Amino acid sequence: MLGLDPLLDDLDFTAIVVVLIKVLVVFVVGLVGTMLMVWFERKVIAYMQNRMGPNKAGPNGLLQTLADGIKLFFKEDLIPEKSSRFVFKLAPYLAFVPAFLVWSVIPLGGDFSNGKDGTVTILGKTTKLQLFDPPVGVLLLLALSSVAVYGIMLAGWSSGSKYPLLGSVRASAQMVSYEAALGLSLATVILIAGTLSTNGIVTAQSSITRWHVIATGVLPFVIFLMAATAELNRPPFDLVEAEQELVGGFNTEYSSIRFALFFLAEFMNTITMSGVIVTLFFGGPQPVKVLGNSNILSILGPFSGTVWMLLKVLVFLYIYVWFRATLPRLRYDQLMNLGWKLLIPVSLGWFMLIALFRVGSDSGWSRAERIVAGAAGLVVMAACASLLRLANKVSARNREREGAMF
Amino acid sequence: MELFVFVVAGAMVLGGALGVVLRSHPVHAALSLVLTLFGIAVLFVAQEAHFLAAVQVIVYAGAIVVLFLFVIMLLGVDNAEDLRVEPFKIQRPVAAVVGAGVLALVGLAILASRDATVPTVVQSEAVQEAALSPHDSNIKALARDVFSDHVLAFELTSVLLVIAVVATVMLARKPRKGEHVIEIVEGAGK
Repeated sequence: MLGLDPLLDDLDFTAIVVVLIKVLVVFVVGLVGTMLMVWFERKVIAYMQNRMGPNKAGPNGLLQTLADGIKLFFKEDLIPEKSSRFVFKLAPYLAFVPAFLVWSVIPLGGDFSNGKDGTVTILGKTTKLQLFDPPVGVLLLLALSSVAVYGIMLAGWSSGSKYPLLGSVRASAQMVSYEAALGLSLATVILIAGTLSTNGIVTAQSSITRWHVIATGVLPFVIFLMAATAELNRPPFDLVEAEQELVGGFNTEYSSIRFALFFLAEFMNTITMSGVIVTLFFGGPQPVKVLGNSNILSILGPFSGTVWMLLKVLVFLYIYVWFRATLPRLRYDQLMNLGWKLLIPVSLGWFMLIALFRVGSDSGWSRAERIVAGAAGLVVMAACASLLRLANKVSARNREREGAMF
Repeated sequence: MELFVFVVAGAMVLGGALGVVLRSHPVHAALSLVLTLFGIAVLFVAQEAHFLAAVQVIVYAGAIVVLFLFVIMLLGVDNAEDLRVEPFKIQRPVAAVVGAGVLALVGLAILASRDATVPTVVQSEAVQEAALSPHDSNIKALARDVFSDHVLAFELTSVLLVIAVVATVMLARKPRKGEHVIEIVEGAGK
């Protein structure tokens, strides 16, 4: 049956209850997490800028997001006269739904110790702490991020107004360009893990040296982090909502609950992307070995994985806020140059190199053969890099002669 | 259950396809195309072809239609088309003939296949293996098939795509002063 966990083999009442509980937990945790994330970001950025941040609603301003949300609900819902009405109403949902769906394939916990595959027992049923584990897990993430482009693109277009259109054209160009670098660095992880399933990728990272951030040689992680930031339209890649140039970007004409959906999707994407990074590169719910103790949170039983996941995700959420507080926004041509001329070639070259070593280990090359092959690979890549540099130089000179802007 | 999925996905595909043809607004037509592509992806999932479904969404819905929309938005042709104006006089009768022909062919194929019992398509080893093994392995089988038996065709296709990209860049380049090649191309276009 579709949507049901294949581990729950015989379909009975408890099985359905377990699936329903999982759906509910993912949904509620997603929403509450987003609410806390907005508060977290405002508070951290405030301290970084020597301010207090929200501190009126609730303890330490914790309920500020709730107050803002209620306020947004009761605002007037405007639809601009020149807009394309149906698409204008559709766009927020196209942005919001993919943001939610990403949660369903991320392993949110579970027991991965000693080569177990992350199953836990709830209500007498053995199940994964993951809503759905399709065989194409990681590709689903890419598919959802490519669907999310529609939300932003159509929002800008359907507003029937100049600035939102410019914002959405920027956004979709940026997202489509960085998806290539994102996919190529993802391919390196898939190559090392040997599977597309998110559960399998976590299982493959059984110790800290086998975490993909180390196993793939750090570079794919760095590229993935940059590409993911661009994909999220977060600072320093937030040209989409460059308020000095574009008013508010693609969501300028939106108000009330529709604006809230965009806002929610943006913050939820930040959390899910951190979750994706942790899953792909930092072992997901796998425990970290501290002082010879393989899992210092083992006291929590089956939920220790969830706590590890949460701790790791929090680190990345902090990093994203940190980015926003420290890095100035890129110019549009810098953004495109970085994506197309640096990140894509580097990630492609690195992927080829990793593939070379993979072929080497599969066909049992000796040490000397590996060194020779690696050296040959490096020479070829250096030649390619210098050719690319040359091509860039020539095209830059041509553009200068033609008097183009950039 | 299978029938239900098929009917819903089929309705999506057909509805989207009709929308592409009948909607007079280019953006709405492109969105209908997305609906069709999603319907096909659902049908792929129903056939246990998860990989094809994911690729369908990533490549077609995520890249190609986004590109269509991009062109529509950037060129500003996003005003409704007047369907009464016919750019090529012969176009519509030819379309009717071709459509009827395709429909007849499909109908004949369905009629002929009712009597056929065993599919006679020659399958490669990898495909046969995938048919026998559990669902997770069909990505591996696909990879082995594409990168071993059909590696030449695969590489030739990628070469073709690169050539197409280079050609597009060359054709779309802005004319530079004192360059004759571009002028000839422009003349041919008029």
